[in-house]
Amino acid sequence: MMSRLSRCLLVIAGVLLAVSLRLPLWRIALTAPQYPEGLGLQIGAGTIAGAAPQDLGNINELNHYIGMRPIDPGALPELRVLPWLLAALAVLALVAAALGSRRLVAAWLGAVVLVGLAGLADLYRWSYTFGHDLDAEHAIIKVPGMVYQPPLIGTKQLLNFTASSWPAAGTWLAVAALIAGAVALVVSRRRVSASASAA
Amino acid sequence: MRISARMMAMATLAVAIGVASLLAACHSNAPATLTSAVSGANAAARVYVPPGQKDEFYAFFSGGFSGQVSVYGLPSGRLLKVIPVFSQDPQEGWGYDEETKPMLQTSFGFVPWDDAHHPELSQTNGVPNGKWLFINGNNTPRIARIDLGQFRTEEILQIPNSAGNHSSPFTTPDGKYVVAGTRFSVPVPNRDTTIASFAQTFKGTLTFVRADEPGNMAIAFQILVPGFDYDLGHAGKGVSDGWFFFTTYNTEQAHTKLEVNASQNDKDYIAAINYRRAEACVAAGNGTTMPASYDHNVLDDRSNAAHVERKTSVIVLDPSRCDGLMYFLPTPKSPHGVDVDPSGEYIVGNGKLSAVIAVHSFTKMQQAIASKSFDKIVDGIPVLKYESVLAGEVKSAGLGPLHTEFDGKGYAYTSFFISSEIVKWKLGTWEVVDRTPTYYAIGHLMIPGGDSRAPWGKYVIALNKITKDRYLPTGPIMDQSAQLYDISGPKMQLLLDFPTIGEPHYAQALPASLIHSVKFNTLSENANPWAVKTEAEGGISRQGRVVHVKMAAIRSHFSPDNIEGITVGDTVYFHLTNIEQDWDIVHGFAVLGNTDAAELILAPGETRTLKWIPRASGVFPFYCTDFCSALHQEMQGYVRVSPAGSTVALSATIGDRPVGGDRMAGMHSAVAGGTAAGGPQ
Repeated sequence: MMSRLSRCLLVIAGVLLAVSLRLPLWRIALTAPQYPEGLGLQIGAGTIAGAAPQDLGNINELNHYIGMRPIDPGALPELRVLPWLLAALAVLALVAAALGSRRLVAAWLGAVVLVGLAGLADLYRWSYTFGHDLDAEHAIIKVPGMVYQPPLIGTKQLLNFTASSWPAAGTWLAVAALIAGAVALVVSRRRVSASASAA
Repeated sequence: MRISARMMAMATLAVAIGVASLLAACHSNAPATLTSAVSGANAAARVYVPPGQKDEFYAFFSGGFSGQVSVYGLPSGRLLKVIPVFSQDPQEGWGYDEETKPMLQTSFGFVPWDDAHHPELSQTNGVPNGKWLFINGNNTPRIARIDLGQFRTEEILQIPNSAGNHSSPFTTPDGKYVVAGTRFSVPVPNRDTTIASFAQTFKGTLTFVRADEPGNMAIAFQILVPGFDYDLGHAGKGVSDGWFFFTTYNTEQAHTKLEVNASQNDKDYIAAINYRRAEACVAAGNGTTMPASYDHNVLDDRSNAAHVERKTSVIVLDPSRCDGLMYFLPTPKSPHGVDVDPSGEYIVGNGKLSAVIAVHSFTKMQQAIASKSFDKIVDGIPVLKYESVLAGEVKSAGLGPLHTEFDGKGYAYTSFFISSEIVKWKLGTWEVVDRTPTYYAIGHLMIPGGDSRAPWGKYVIALNKITKDRYLPTGPIMDQSAQLYDISGPKMQLLLDFPTIGEPHYAQALPASLIHSVKFNTLSENANPWAVKTEAEGGISRQGRVVHVKMAAIRSHFSPDNIEGITVGDTVYFHLTNIEQDWDIVHGFAVLGNTDAAELILAPGETRTLKWIPRASGVFPFYCTDFCSALHQEMQGYVRVSPAGSTVALSATIGDRPVGGDRMAGMHSAVAGGTAAGGPQ
């Protein structure tokens, strides 16, 4: 059986994941000479929104010059699935805490890492598609060889815009949940080992 | 199983901590906030003009959608004056009083606004001479001439067969012509036709206007050109003297969604016009006289009154009837400005969607024409081979090049709208040597004399389209911003930042010593038929329902100042003369409830006329609106308005004495004599 500490850590992990549902997971910031105040996109479990309410519209308007398709959160099926996945992982952490099952905790850790990696891969795929699949016929600014994929993590110059892409609060909470879950597993292992050697 | 679970937990923990620390580290690599600090040492001292001292340069900024011209001093950035041009201006009564209303007449009627883009100083031998400033009206095609002694618009010529007079009013180095090119091609002559017939029926015109004789601006000829958008122009000079260059875009000939459809061709053209050849062809009778209807408005500098002359024809020259008149130079991606270096050899095409700045060589162009190095023929006009005319390309300089000016020391300065910067590059080697940010999204840039044969290459001004956070915020619409950079050294140095009026597109500047400003108009030379030279010459007269009041304004009263005998529905003309002969002693005049005009503002020695149709009986005060003197507040009077049909006798008095007296008979004959020189209609 797992210790009280491990169970508490798992409950915390579950709660952190649940909270991350409501927070932005990723943030793409754009600055340009004309936009010293910057424009931003916040990607949440079920949403893509502007950092300020008008930003998404302005980003789409600017992107039309290079022939990029408009970013329409409603057209991305992942945004409908991801909230349920995160919610399921949160519930699973609580269930693992209730049952005190180390196997379940291990499985949960694996699932969280998998969902995280899949999310990153999906973000990369979409940013690749948006950045490369340009409407050449209607693009106004066409720079030979230029693509407009923002970096997955880091900073990159896209014409006059400096694009920076970083994980946001939701991802940090998910990472914290992952750490809490891993610690729970390690602590319970020690306890199991200790009781085994005492016997 | 135990082992694998432990390993998994440890591995997960390691990965999580690793990723977290990596991300935390990466965050510190985020780009630093843009700085906007001045880059010049002692910037304040270098733009400070102490009280009582004067600026080194006059700068004339177009007002864009304000329709006016604003005058700044450089390097201080002080606003000196706004000169009304195409828009009614209550500050000077411009376009409201009877003398200046005719200036805004067009064949369409009274058009009291325009979009003024490009100021152009008159030149002698390719150098600004300080006599006049020309400026284009873009919306209802017109060119205005501003006198730089009076700082007053004195002539406006309408351009027929044109729409969107954008590539205008650039001058030839000898000052003989200023030009007007159509940004919007239209059916020529304009007529009812389908918009979809654009490619077949729409044409552009490149108009050459005689501009070397004040009061006699006239269209010498119009060249009928393919239906593209003719964007900007500049005359050749030095080796290329006798040629004129215009940029084109929309060589795709789109009539809808130009944003996309006019951005398709990899190269549009710079049109090179041999205008001496055009002169010869017109002289040989190869032009066609076409009926047209356009107005020529001139403000007479002795009467200070404008009159309108309706013109009814124009000479149009078809390039097919004038061999060697015109060639196209392929130029990348919708070029905006075309700028000719001080020597006249290099013709810079600023392709606004291009990754390079293409620079053509006039010498190579001549060789290409001689060897018939043609790529193709478009509408009968030879397109020269790009490689045959290209002198060089400035590569990877920036994003969105729009305009180039020159410092006369072998360098060119190009504005980049998208990357919001000025880039300095070297003529001949095409290497970029310096760049500096502008705040934000620069359009034109201006070096005093920077498009002339001999620039005064001390400063460059950035004329920006977006202001945002540069000054204290003033709501959603901010006035446009300008920045002043010192370019006397190898690096551009930002010295000053100031807001401007309207939307300055282009600007021009010249040393202050070249301007000879007038102090007052000599009263004895005032030829306005309604002028009074002394207080005693004032008076009142009636002709049917029209009443004329002649009035003198002098510190601190009007003469006459009590008027009676006016009835409701009369048309009253107050003819005011400022009989002062002293610099900057200005009087104004306004009447309560006047719906027919604004105010009068009278320069010393000047006569202007205010129209007023009283709609109700009563007693109405009038007063001086310009604080002229110690007893300015006492400079007032009354008009009595009686009901229609009243028999109150006409009288004009001051201090209970009649003004005019036995001159009244003379007044009547003057009235009967008419309404010459902009007199009331």
